[in-house]
Amino acid sequence: MVIDKDKAKRYSRHFALKEIGVSGQKKLLSSKVLVIGAGGLGSPVIMYLAAAGVGTIGIADGDTVDVSNLQRQIIHNEQSVGVPKTVSAKRTAESIAPDVNVVIHEGLVTAENIMDIISQYDFIVDCTDRFETKFLINDACVLAKKPYSHAGVVRFGGQAMTYVPGKGPCLRCLMGDVPKDAPTCREAGVLGAAVGVIGSVQALEAVKYITGAGDLLCGRVLTFEGLEMKVRVHNMPYSDPDCPVCGIKPRITDLSVSKDEYMISCSNL
Amino acid sequence: MVIINGVKTDAAGKTVDEYLDGTDYSRTRIAVEINGVIVPKSQYSKAVLADGDEVEIVGFVGGG
Repeated sequence: MVIDKDKAKRYSRHFALKEIGVSGQKKLLSSKVLVIGAGGLGSPVIMYLAAAGVGTIGIADGDTVDVSNLQRQIIHNEQSVGVPKTVSAKRTAESIAPDVNVVIHEGLVTAENIMDIISQYDFIVDCTDRFETKFLINDACVLAKKPYSHAGVVRFGGQAMTYVPGKGPCLRCLMGDVPKDAPTCREAGVLGAAVGVIGSVQALEAVKYITGAGDLLCGRVLTFEGLEMKVRVHNMPYSDPDCPVCGIKPRITDLSVSKDEYMISCSNL
Repeated sequence: MVIINGVKTDAAGKTVDEYLDGTDYSRTRIAVEINGVIVPKSQYSKAVLADGDEVEIVGFVGGG
């Protein structure tokens, strides 16, 4: 990997960071990150990763841009309405960083296709908007031994944590089963800037994982509540030995075992 | 006193269930940890908070 004159200028502010520097930039340029969901969380994640010089960004989404998305999904714009979110997101990412290789995975991730998709990447970012898919991504990443960033947002706040195989709890260690009563952003509302805070945390975690800088939110959960402006990092260092997917005797050894748990009920769409 | 999310709380002697009854947390969307160890949801009615315990409760949301 050669840093040419253009790249040296483009990433000069990274070079000034001793935790990243030229060697960290080379790692970013040769890294492959998959972003699942190009909506509220995915917007800042994809834009920051493209700007940071991540070499390959995979974008998985099955939705098209709706005018009601534009209040928070800042990667899309007025001209994107009706366009697949993957296509619109790719367009913006390439306008920020012309050298970025954006790979589109059109359609919903499912128990059938997710293992193949994630196998192509170094780090996964869960930017989806419902628990069923968040648990699918968790279980797939645990089974495939892939590190990933989890996050969720509604209203004015949310949470983020990072899973690294063998280094801390997974989402199921902490939450158990898929909750079926969770409000969506459509039902509960969501503020764009609040999604931006959590999405930025996810992008930061991806950059830190790739470059090895700092301490990840691994064994820790960051919660952010923007209305009262409360931020807390909860230490949750240990995996659950009885965890159904990463425990000692896991029930979920293959996604086909649990595929019904990832099904989204029609009332929740 | 029990330290819950960094705040001293008068909850010693209560079970996790009894403490949660007085809060807005939804039991299906939280993680509870006492002194660094995750409490399985099946144990919420049995796990008793003791004086000096450090408890972390995270409420998860699913949007994005």
